[in-house]
Amino acid sequence: MSFEPKIVGFCCNWCSYRGADLAGTARMKCSPNVRIIRVMCSGRVEPTFILKAFELGADGVLVLGCHPGDCHYVEGNYKAARRMPLLKKMLAQMGIEEDRVRLDWVSASEGDRFVAIVDEMTEKVRALGPFKNNFKEAKYG
Amino acid sequence: MAKLKIALYWAASCGGCEIAQLQIGDKLLKLAEAADIVFWPVAIDVKYKDVEAMPDKSIDVCLFNGAIRNSEQEHMAKMLREKSKVMIAYGSCAYEGCIPGLANLFNRELIFERAYVETPSTDNKERVFPQTKFKVPEGELTIPEFYDTVKTLRQTVDVDYIVPGCPPEEKTTWLALEALITGKLPPKGTVISHSVKAVCDDCPRKKDVKKVKKFYRTFEIIPAPEVCLLEQGLLCAGVATRGGCGAPCPQANMPCTGCYGPVEGVIDQGAHFLSAVASVIDSNDPEEIQRIIDDIRDPVGTFYRYSLPDSLLRRARIR
Repeated sequence: MSFEPKIVGFCCNWCSYRGADLAGTARMKCSPNVRIIRVMCSGRVEPTFILKAFELGADGVLVLGCHPGDCHYVEGNYKAARRMPLLKKMLAQMGIEEDRVRLDWVSASEGDRFVAIVDEMTEKVRALGPFKNNFKEAKYG
Repeated sequence: MAKLKIALYWAASCGGCEIAQLQIGDKLLKLAEAADIVFWPVAIDVKYKDVEAMPDKSIDVCLFNGAIRNSEQEHMAKMLREKSKVMIAYGSCAYEGCIPGLANLFNRELIFERAYVETPSTDNKERVFPQTKFKVPEGELTIPEFYDTVKTLRQTVDVDYIVPGCPPEEKTTWLALEALITGKLPPKGTVISHSVKAVCDDCPRKKDVKKVKKFYRTFEIIPAPEVCLLEQGLLCAGVATRGGCGAPCPQANMPCTGCYGPVEGVIDQGAHFLSAVASVIDSNDPEEIQRIIDDIRDPVGTFYRYSLPDSLLRRARIR
């Protein structure tokens, strides 16, 4: 059986979740691999959420927020934009591929953009293969 | 009242916890009145076989320091758990893995390669590595097996209480010992410390709005004496670290490095610290943000200095 990546997608309530909704109501075709979790703001997505997703078996994590300047809470998405590069630098040290985590912006009117990002991410994670926690593989005792 | 029987053991640790235990000073006399030490490899001559001969649950309290990184430590952790009524993870290594836990960025193969081949002072052209068994004319010699992954005590056996710190402050140690001596024990699983809040709560430095354009390493600047160190661009872990220590490091111009572990309710101290640090970056421009982050040379070593084995990821993936 071919590998179907499991991707957790955190979408902000005001833009990206509505973008995803638009893609659905417009009946756009989209990879079914992203499990969406609605959050109030991309700034709400703590690095812990992303690590927890990996711990629970996700192969990739997608965080989507409003475009810069459009945040419902003025600067929540900027906070996300500061955290993500630092988290990625840390994840690189931990041997986790860069393409497994992505932060991007989707507005409420961009159903097509949502589909494009989801499809692209799915293919990238598919190419990387399953995320296995090395701890379980590692020889211990 | 019968005297308490106390056992103390060290696994993967530096010996600092033993010094911290002695640091309670004249309170040692109070401890000696209330308790007998039945096992303490650093100070008294009791062999492993003597512990093995003790009946189950015959030790009242075991203060276990050090992480679990080889088969001997795992064996002793399991044996002491069986023999002890109360098991305490004493110090950061037993609690979260601490500095020995940073070995989880590597595995046994890489560590052996570094330690027995690559180090400049090592001459090992034959590439001889430690073997768990070796036959000599007199019989077979064995040494403990070295594991790929450092584990915490809680990941190895059931633990009743935790005393945080690298090493625990004298007052924290005494808080735990006093609770044991008086029998007024907190609920199981409690991290015994004077505070459940962050180190910032103990820190007397003035705190204001945190906006940082550049991060520094400690040798790069001399910080102003009364202003929050994080505001001055030093990576102070106080915001993400349990207090109770009294914030001695920030008061000595050194940023907190996080040895008391996460504050109550936080499951991953490093991610919490990382989040706090990223939030104080004073820029909305992706390129400038990247430049500011470039100053943080070693994110895992900074954010997970004491807690890598206890973090959500636990170890690096080695390809």
